[in-house]
Amino acid sequence: MSKKIHVHTRINGEEVEFLCEPRQSLLEVLRDELGLTGAKEGCNNGNCGACNVVLDDRLVNSCLVLAVEVEGHEVTTVEGVASSKGLHPIQQKFLEHAALQCGVCTPGFIVAAKALLDRNPKPTEHQVRHWLAGNLCRCTGYDKIVRAVLDASACGSPGQK
Amino acid sequence: MSAETRTGGYQVVGTRPIRHDALDKVTGRALYGADVHLPGTVYGKVARSPHAHAIIRSIDTREAEAMPGVLAVITAKDLPSLTDKLAQLGESVVNLRDLSANVLAPKKVLYHGHPVAAVCAVSTHVAEEAVKRIQVDYEVLPAVLDVLEAMKEGSPLLHQDLKTHSMGKTAEKPSNVASHFQWKLGDVEKGFAKAEVVVERSFRTATVHQGYIEPHNTTARWNPDGSVTIWCSTQGPFAIRSQLSEVLKLPVSKIKVIPMEIGGGFGAKFPLYVHPLAAVLAKKVGRPVKMTLSRVEELLATGPAPGSYLWAKMGATRDGRLVAAQAKLVYEAGAYPGSAVGAGGLCIFSPYHIENTLIDGYDVVVNKARSSAYRAPGATNAAFASETLIDEICEKLKMDPIEFRLKNAAKEGDPRADGPKHPKIGCRETMEAARNHPHYRSALGGKFRGRGVASGFWINGGGQSSAVANVMSDGTVSLIEGSPDIGGTRTTAAMQIAEVLGLRAEEVNPMVVDTDTIGYTDGTGGSRTTFATGLAAIEAGRDILCQMKERAAKLFELPVEDVEHADGEFRNRKDPKKTLTFKAIAEQMGQTGGPIVGRATVQPGGVGPAFATHVVDVEVDPDTGKVTILRYTAVQDAGKAIHPSYVEGQMQGGVVQGIGWALNEEFIYDEQGRMLNSSFLDYRMPTALDLPMIDTVIVEVPNPGHPYGVRGVGEVPIVPPPAALANAIYHAIGVRIPDLPMSPRRILEALGKA
Amino acid sequence: MSPFDYAAPRSIAEAAALLQQAGDDGRVLAGGTDLIVQVRENRRRVKLFIDVKNIPELNELSCSARKGLVIGAAVPCYRITSDSKVAQAYPGLLDAAGIIGGVQIQGRASIGGNLCNASPAADSIPALIALEAACVIAGPQGSREVPVEQFCTGPGKTVLGRGEMVVALRLPPPKKGSGAHYLRFIPRNEMDIAVVGAGASVVLDKAGKTIVSARIALGAVAPTPLYVAEAGAALAGREVSEAAVLQAAESARAAARPITDMRGSAAQRKHLSAVLVRRALEKAIERARNGRA
Repeated sequence: MSKKIHVHTRINGEEVEFLCEPRQSLLEVLRDELGLTGAKEGCNNGNCGACNVVLDDRLVNSCLVLAVEVEGHEVTTVEGVASSKGLHPIQQKFLEHAALQCGVCTPGFIVAAKALLDRNPKPTEHQVRHWLAGNLCRCTGYDKIVRAVLDASACGSPGQK
Repeated sequence: MSAETRTGGYQVVGTRPIRHDALDKVTGRALYGADVHLPGTVYGKVARSPHAHAIIRSIDTREAEAMPGVLAVITAKDLPSLTDKLAQLGESVVNLRDLSANVLAPKKVLYHGHPVAAVCAVSTHVAEEAVKRIQVDYEVLPAVLDVLEAMKEGSPLLHQDLKTHSMGKTAEKPSNVASHFQWKLGDVEKGFAKAEVVVERSFRTATVHQGYIEPHNTTARWNPDGSVTIWCSTQGPFAIRSQLSEVLKLPVSKIKVIPMEIGGGFGAKFPLYVHPLAAVLAKKVGRPVKMTLSRVEELLATGPAPGSYLWAKMGATRDGRLVAAQAKLVYEAGAYPGSAVGAGGLCIFSPYHIENTLIDGYDVVVNKARSSAYRAPGATNAAFASETLIDEICEKLKMDPIEFRLKNAAKEGDPRADGPKHPKIGCRETMEAARNHPHYRSALGGKFRGRGVASGFWINGGGQSSAVANVMSDGTVSLIEGSPDIGGTRTTAAMQIAEVLGLRAEEVNPMVVDTDTIGYTDGTGGSRTTFATGLAAIEAGRDILCQMKERAAKLFELPVEDVEHADGEFRNRKDPKKTLTFKAIAEQMGQTGGPIVGRATVQPGGVGPAFATHVVDVEVDPDTGKVTILRYTAVQDAGKAIHPSYVEGQMQGGVVQGIGWALNEEFIYDEQGRMLNSSFLDYRMPTALDLPMIDTVIVEVPNPGHPYGVRGVGEVPIVPPPAALANAIYHAIGVRIPDLPMSPRRILEALGKA
Repeated sequence: MSPFDYAAPRSIAEAAALLQQAGDDGRVLAGGTDLIVQVRENRRRVKLFIDVKNIPELNELSCSARKGLVIGAAVPCYRITSDSKVAQAYPGLLDAAGIIGGVQIQGRASIGGNLCNASPAADSIPALIALEAACVIAGPQGSREVPVEQFCTGPGKTVLGRGEMVVALRLPPPKKGSGAHYLRFIPRNEMDIAVVGAGASVVLDKAGKTIVSARIALGAVAPTPLYVAEAGAALAGREVSEAAVLQAAESARAAARPITDMRGSAAQRKHLSAVLVRRALEKAIERARNGRA
């Protein structure tokens, strides 16, 4: 075992410090060390998007980031998407459109969709599908997910961070 | 979208309330199996065979055990030895000795990824490192991967003691053919003699995976009293309990299974995998043991739906009547007997009234992971053959493919090839709705474009369910059930009891509990949950109504016969102005006799089968062989859609799994039988960018076996897509592709370009 | 995952010293989207990850009409694709940089990493070859430049010696009348490894009628990304015509020496080489004519 490293970062707006081995991914540390189990492990090699988080404004697969790499950076997880005032419009639209079945891919989709609308408040259907191509869902066939994202964009959720 | 919409005189049924568990699921709070973290937890990992077929000469675990951080290593010797015994588990019957051998190979490994040992360590990383240091001495044997090869005399035998069971007789010599059945209706030879158009063809379908996003997981705690508690992701907590009971030789009362939220299953989250390993390791180390499978392990050693060889022949008269049909279905069971070939056989010709049919089915073991159920297990393979042949007949007869299907559509009272007669069904109605849909009435222009149609059938399941409903003093109800909620069934059960009680869906709080807390309930599979657990919820609601009438009678100071329940109120029949609301009675429970708890157990017989007809338009790039789906419409009989959004969701999800199966999904093996594409990179499931919106039409031909007419909806939508796409591709390029997947490479080859 | 150490040097010299010391046990970490997976899946053994994302030179992205384009080896794809100057001057590079993985991968993966990973199917490499890119390499003996087509020596293998690392990629300024395009064939529409990839660039004369020069490269048809010099040479001096394009496509097909694997057959790849080179050239010519470099 290699020596553990001390990491200082911000997660969902709060200062966080933790110790980790270099081989531990950000996903592992979020889930196993920090109790933030919203990000899920679906494939652990960057092909399903269930572990999506935002790292300094960029959508990433947390399974492909070493936890030591977030030193000095900022992480937002699905737990940080809703505010104390309530759900983010994307989350509300997922509820209204029945855009989830088993729900295990849902946190990844919520984080990814929010990252899209933060950047592009009025995406086309193609842009939504393209942006979400890195998030696999096996239950819904994507139809209701895409509709929920388009509806959230039509309701004007831009820029809510 | 609004919850106020009322249809068919119902207040709640048929509306679209927000799912009870959805808030937790969009915020990341919902706890799935892998999210369980008990104090003191340690981690298990499995050592797996790199060979498809080999004898285990010896296993040396010393180096692994000596690693710092490693707490225990187990092999098959640490599991109780079991004798042959058949048990009903989930959607299939399983031999318990095979089940145990699949969990941890005792003498022989039968597929790449077959578990041979398990390690427990202080972290997953250490456990993984230890797995690499387990030395297994294998005597590698030739592997057989193809069903037709496996059936040949002289093929490598997986099991020396496996003898073909065929129509009541057992063969003398060992074979890879586990079983054979034959179903006859009428006289197929005479039928073909009457036919004026006869088509026949052989087909192959690849091994595919259910592809749920959440890998299998288990946390096991061995308690000081000798009982074991299991937290896991499963469709069938009671099935896991009974399998564990057999494999660990523990009474069911000593096993508590706590089903966590489940991240998809599609039939593959019934079998036992790491559950007993975690339990045995937990006993050994005296700490909770958590095991999660990696995606590689998922693809190597769980799930797959059987690949198959199919041959079918169908005959029709010139005026478009199907008069004879014959099929030979050969399905991969994987390493142990038990493929879904039987279900394939009973589905293949069932959308049609055909007087003369002959179906032979073979269950064949090969050196691949043991197959398990996948959404309408067996039916998709079979329909690929029959629905393609029907398209060929229509082409020869120059008949519209839906008109032809309508002319031959099965109706109530028609016999199925396997014996039973169809009950009230909506086969014709789905075909009519597809024919009348704007999609089918639209013109499809352009080069290399084609439209395909296919229908499908699935029997659906009934089974046993329990429900308990507690009335709260604020007039709401908590509904306790044992069906893991894989796609909204908490809400569909809650809506049904709400309908009975005159409550809003939101006034029922449904929850899925562990195996000690609720009566036996079959798993969430076979499209049974909204039907059977829904029925239990209805019955529990009726039980509450009876009790409430008694309380109302007390409050009215009348005999109970003089109390009626209507429009959500309890009325004094003698003086209809005197009413009591549900809430008013609930508030006074303590003064009228104590708590009100409804309960029900059901084992319903009136299962309503499901039919679907799909229409798809495609465009094929003749230079690359790539298929683009332009438009897709799925029509299905739901009996009654309790929550239409989740019925649509089942249809869309099933369609897209079928599209993946049709176009790109396949297990790829090397010549030694090692799987090559065990990742989501190369096991190519459809992404959002590969699809259009999936249009849905819900047809409602009520099932008389359910108070609201519910039929199961989850499975049949995966049945038609591969055939519908095959037909569409044929009409686009003029060449039939009889093998799944119809990948770009295969299409280029069919076009003679590669 | 096997244990490893992690270092985050702040200068090229510091990184080079670490690399020199670690030898084969050390590996540069930029986006990590290939490397982390390879180590996790036991396909590569690494004892020291040298994270180069804190080194200024490796984060440089500059584009000028005079000097051309410099892409620091750790610059993630999204920075390239969201840079309007780069989009204007090098659309053929964007074609490749924009399809390396989905948006989540784009946020991390770098062109430098795509190159050093040396996959025969890497999307960026045929595009870089078509655009005459060179790798700037720093090492114990100082720095050197290597044309991209000479960088990969086999699957996963490169010309980098002990202690050497790629600092940046350098692309010459686009020539007048030039156009480029990269495309690949994959079974899905995203998230796949190229079955075949093709990059092409052309320089047309003022009238847009004659091909002055052309460069063509293929991915996934040989042990390394393949520069098909003869296909480009055959086009030089010829009038733009379907026949010329088809001849170049045939020349690419002839040069391709693919294998059959789980992602495609040799015959399929041969066929696709011609199809994709034709499509790449058509688009490159269109871009050249539209005045988009």
